[in-house]
Amino acid sequence: MRWGVLQFPGSCDERDALHACTVASGERARLIWHEERDLAGVDAVVVPGGFSYGDYLRAGAIARFSPAMEAVAEFAAAGGPVLGICNGFQVLCEAGLLPGALLRNKELRFICRQVDLLPEGPTDRLMTPEGHQSINRSASALSIPMKHGEGRYYAPDEVLDELETNGQVAYRYAEGQNSNGSARDIAGVRNEAGNVVGLMPHPEHAVDPLTGSTDGLRVFEAVTAAGARA
Amino acid sequence: MAKARVLIRPKEGILDPQGKAVERALPALGFEGVEHVRVGRMVELEAESPERLGELCEKLLANPLIEDYEIQTL
Repeated sequence: MRWGVLQFPGSCDERDALHACTVASGERARLIWHEERDLAGVDAVVVPGGFSYGDYLRAGAIARFSPAMEAVAEFAAAGGPVLGICNGFQVLCEAGLLPGALLRNKELRFICRQVDLLPEGPTDRLMTPEGHQSINRSASALSIPMKHGEGRYYAPDEVLDELETNGQVAYRYAEGQNSNGSARDIAGVRNEAGNVVGLMPHPEHAVDPLTGSTDGLRVFEAVTAAGARA
Repeated sequence: MAKARVLIRPKEGILDPQGKAVERALPALGFEGVEHVRVGRMVELEAESPERLGELCEKLLANPLIEDYEIQTL
């Protein structure tokens, strides 16, 4: 399984993403420069973290128009697995490949710290006899660093309800760890088909015991599995 | 060439922490009685095809999910 990692002017986490993809798949991942219209036959794509185009206008607003992102849109429409991390999540939302938007952190502070994330698969929502849905909290938390100033997830209430009904919430901040004010503690979402996932925290910084956690590898594995299903 | 100014505002009902930060700083500077501060963006441009300005706003200058925009032709 060969990963490709996009690179925009201003991306900074593409190198760690390359390393994480290589570790996760066992195959050397490659960089895809934003001007390339061809994804060179990769099996999965990462849209990486950083500050593409300096976050000018809005984070991800300009990067979404790059030739490489057009290719990613086609790739995603055909069921290809796509993982957007931080700025990548912002780019995917701006491109309409994922629902919602990311806004300035509630307290205006850039937050850089380790957080516990709760993964949610489409089957993790349980229906009770009353018809209400509750989350199956048995999924164990992933310890992953967050580092962003504009990571507050927002969507109108009707959209949030739809996301929860459809099993499109992919990750939530664990209890008491939602420091950016994200709606319903949402840290990451997936599209309806399940092959495109975006999250604000950085799994690519948690793939080596050197940085304290290898839980990030679970995120890459989940995207691979979702792509295989789609 | 048509000159235009586009005002981009955060949608009503969405938390605007920048606006709140400005609002909270005002009393310390001696300005009382100022509320509902919202901070947006302003883009000025000259366009050969002013009829496409709406599309430009919808696709790039504003994110219609979270922002409202207003085009002023100058």
